[in-house]
Formats: sequence, structure tokens, C-alpha cells
Amino acid sequence: MTIKKFMMVNRKAPYGTVYALESLEVVLIAAAFEQDVSLAFLDDGVYQLKKGHQTKGVEMKAFEKTYGALEDYDVTKLYVDQESLAGRGLTADDLCVPVEIMSRADLGKRMEEQDVLLSF
Amino acid sequence: MAIEVNGKSYEVDEEGYLINLGDWNEEVGNFLAQQEGVNMTDQHWEVINFLRDYYNEFQIAPAVRVLTKAIGKKLGPEKGNSQYLYELFPYGPAKQACKIAGLPKPTGCV
Amino acid sequence: MLNIVNKSPLDRGSLDSCLQSAEPGAILLIEDGVYAATRGSAGEARLKAAAGKFKLFALGPDMEARGIADRAMDGVTLIDYAGFVDLVAEYNTCQSWL
Repeated sequence: MTIKKFMMVNRKAPYGTVYALESLEVVLIAAAFEQDVSLAFLDDGVYQLKKGHQTKGVEMKAFEKTYGALEDYDVTKLYVDQESLAGRGLTADDLCVPVEIMSRADLGKRMEEQDVLLSF
Repeated sequence: MAIEVNGKSYEVDEEGYLINLGDWNEEVGNFLAQQEGVNMTDQHWEVINFLRDYYNEFQIAPAVRVLTKAIGKKLGPEKGNSQYLYELFPYGPAKQACKIAGLPKPTGCV
Repeated sequence: MLNIVNKSPLDRGSLDSCLQSAEPGAILLIEDGVYAATRGSAGEARLKAAAGKFKLFALGPDMEARGIADRAMDGVTLIDYAGFVDLVAEYNTCQSWL
């Protein structure tokens, strides 16, 4: 199978819309097919990684835990925009998994390197 | 659709997967295994329990490749290979074992 | 890379996100995104500033539907659906700033 570079570009907060969960599902599918998968988080998308989701009250699946399984799927390239984090009062310590924090410009460069961009 | 175990009714989808994860118990697991033609042994339960733990921790049923690797890490390489797992669950360790474990079908599983 | 923006620049930060992140390429405004390409709007200045970095396009039918086709700013090329398809085919990748 041809291996392509896939990047999921996540720009939406979790739970308010289904984008975040759908993105995660596509990541798992692409990774199950052993593609070269990376994830970018910017704008409200950085809220997806904020640790400590308690979803019992809203009766939704707390898919925060699933980011922890990405390593098992050999998905280790998680890129987060520094500016989006800072603008929301967040730092790397607030995130549920290890990520690479970079500037918007560097994130743009990573996007340019991809074979396929999937926008969420 | 529904199945009946010990006089209690449990909802399942059209492929026989439990709808409510919280409904699962060992009797339901045994019933689902029987339907699949799987004779449950300690080795089978070991995989089923592993899958349930994995789901509790990560909220997903792992794909076969991931399951195989993760089982190898936890239970040893003699169990972390697809031959061993397919012998236990001939219709696919992820698909079939997940059904018996009361979990959804793994994502990316067709 | 082709960047597609479909949200009004006054309602959401999609256009700004795109302008700040994307490498040089093209931007296509569609749906409510086309409001950015109108003369005298807040989006106009931002697009003018970005014109050296990006080729700018807007989907004509979306501008017409909103009654703003006659206000299209200079420097933005109006295209039709066939032109949309050509653009997507021309660039290797495409990011929708949803």
C-alpha cells in the first residue's frame, strides 16, 4: 500500500460539534491502514487536548482518553499552535498528551508538506 | 434487536454487538461466545478482559494490529501474535472478541 | 496549497487563521466567506495586505446570491463552479478553514 502523509487539522472545540470526535475516528482509521498520520491543533482545536474532561453530566463519550491510545497506533506527531494555547490561558502542562508546540508559521510549513489535508 | 440471557433481555445491533456497554457481564459474554461458536477458556477470557481494560482506559476497541502489539507487551510475545489470537477467535480477534467483550466494533474494521 | 474559507470574517476568525498560518498559495472564498471580498468591508484591507502572498478568488454564485457581486473588491478574481473545480485540481492539497 502506498503510504501518504495525512494531516488532520483540528480547529474546533470538543463536544459542541462532532468535528473533534470525527477527526479522531479518521486518525484511527488512517493509522490502522498504516499511513503517516499527524495532527495539528490550532484555534479552538487546542481545547480538544485540555486534560480533565468530565462528560458524565452531558452524557457524551470522554474521548480525551483516546488521545492516549494514539501512541499504540504509532501516531506520535501532534503539533499545537503556541499562539492559540496562549490566547486561551493554556500551557503544555494543561494538555492530556505530549505534543510539539510551535508557531503558526511552522505549523503552516508542516501543512504544506502533506499529501492529504483533512479539515475539521 | 435483543438477546435473552437468564430471563433478561439485552439490546444488540444488527450485527449482534451490545448496544449498552454497561449491560455486559460474564453470562452475557458466554452467551455471545456461544452464538459465535467460541468455547470460552481461560485464554479466551484473558483476551476479553484485556480488551475491556483497554476500552476503559482509552474509550476505544483497538484495531487488530494495535491489539496484537499491546497484548504482546502485556502478556508476552507468545500471545502477542496474530496466529495465537486467530486460533482463539477465528473470525478476527478484534471483531469477534470485541463482540464477546460487549464492546463496539473496532474503528477502521470493515 | 489551496485554502478555502467559508465563514464571514466578521463572525469567525477563519480568514485570519488562514492568513496567519498558511504558506503562500491561493485563497478561495465561498459561502459566507465571500463577504470578506467586498469593497469597504473589514475583510478588504486584510485581503489587500495578503495579496502578495496569495492568489485571491471568490465564488461568483455565492456573491450573487448575497447581492454583493457588484461590490467585489479589486484584486479578487470571481470564478464559477467549474473554476472552483479547476482550482482544486491545480493545487496538490486543500485546507478548508471551517
